Amino acid sequence: MATLSVCQPPPGGFSFDNCRRNAVLAGEVAAIGLGAPAARKTGTTICGIVFKDGIILGADTRATEGMVVADKNCSKIHYISPNIYCCGAGTAADTEMTTQIISSNLELHSLSTGRQPRVATANRMLKQMLFRYQGYIGAALVLGGVDCNGPHLYSIYPHGSTDKLPYVTMGSGSLAAMAVFEDRYKPDMEEEDAKQLVRDAIAAGIFNDLGSGSNVDLCVITKGKVDYLRPHDEANKKGVRAGDYKYKRGTTAVLTKTVFPLKLEVVEESIQTMDTS
Amino acid sequence: MAVAATVAPFGQTISSQSDLVPDWTCREVSTGTTIMAVEFDGGVVIGADSRTTTGAYIANRVTDKLTPIHDRIFCCRSGSAADTQAIADVVTYQLGFHSIELDEPPLVETAANLFKASCYRYREELTAGIIVAGWDKRRGGQVYSVPIGGMLVRQPVSIGGSGSTYIYGFMDSNYKPGLTKEQCLELTAAALSLAMERDGSSGGVVRLAAISENGVERRVILGNQLPKFSTH
Repeated sequence: MATLSVCQPPPGGFSFDNCRRNAVLAGEVAAIGLGAPAARKTGTTICGIVFKDGIILGADTRATEGMVVADKNCSKIHYISPNIYCCGAGTAADTEMTTQIISSNLELHSLSTGRQPRVATANRMLKQMLFRYQGYIGAALVLGGVDCNGPHLYSIYPHGSTDKLPYVTMGSGSLAAMAVFEDRYKPDMEEEDAKQLVRDAIAAGIFNDLGSGSNVDLCVITKGKVDYLRPHDEANKKGVRAGDYKYKRGTTAVLTKTVFPLKLEVVEESIQTMDTS
Repeated sequence: MAVAATVAPFGQTISSQSDLVPDWTCREVSTGTTIMAVEFDGGVVIGADSRTTTGAYIANRVTDKLTPIHDRIFCCRSGSAADTQAIADVVTYQLGFHSIELDEPPLVETAANLFKASCYRYREELTAGIIVAGWDKRRGGQVYSVPIGGMLVRQPVSIGGSGSTYIYGFMDSNYKPGLTKEQCLELTAAALSLAMERDGSSGGVVRLAAISENGVERRVILGNQLPKFSTH
């Protein structure tokens, strides 16, 4: 009897083959007393608001690897298109790559349509990609921009759900930032008031959340103009040390000075030529 | 403070807890929800609360869970926000394409069957409880329920979501066939208020819509304008 064997193409998506092995290794490593390496996450406070003339996006600049700060000044506001920018919270690699992929696809789409890209298009592309990966891509995004239909602001969650709102916050510091927004947000604010509000919201996240810190970055998007203010506010400048362990020359008085020349003999001499051609 | 990684049995999601990153930053967004739809002679009334939660945090307190699928067909979404948004987008596309092919407004039953097809085929992967409601020329106002699992059933009145469990008694005793549009709107508002009062995952504002041959009439009832039932 001939047995039929069907050659199956490898299924798409993530391969979970190594999960069981990783679980065993994690157990063995824990038994020794070490820890498995942690993915770099952007603990993060990110937020965005719609004001009178457009959108303001804000972000802190701390990237963490477990409980250690991996990058004190990382950039969390990513370029999508000349009129659209996106803040990213969650796994740093995921937000970086996802926004780059969609930025690239959106540029091609824009060339194909012959029009300036719309924020709703970027939103669709991002949500469909994240839903396809069922939440395994840990990217929580705040997408904002100004297009032919006005200013738009979206929050996008790792599983692929989106909300279109006048003000949004994401990340571990989002509760602190949202508290500031809920208190002081008003529709149609002026640019300076809006920048101050976003700065205060991010500052609330920086000072009250352990996963967020360092400086405040802002991105002001209006029709025809983008102001990428990095840093907008150096809330955590490294201080100058007050004391020093080095003593100045002359602190200790010299009483006597004796000089002994050391006699050294040349024992062996060898030359190694360097290839300078 | 150590970073603890809990390794679940193979096949499930491996979750890691960190003191820096709280629980609600990695929980899936759920439309906790209370949704409802009622048929009347000449159309349907649909209603929903407006709360979307990630764990214990309210991610969006003004959500619109009444999603237009076509000019006279809406769906009420409950369950996972990502799943229901994705399904609604797919069905909107399929129904729009079908309607252009027919050169006619689509039937509510068609929309309901499209929802059922997606919800049943991917029943293991999805968490979506949907109520499809609308008006078409052939059968007037209709309400179809597509709960988790992908069943399809037509009902004169349907409730769904986590908050619906608290108002089954209210619905059984207060609904009767032959209500007018205004009575349906009042009934829906009252039922949703009661559910929102008792269910932690439902709250915010009450969004209502009345769909008939003339079009869609949308209303919002803010928190302080909700009908009050308890005196203490």
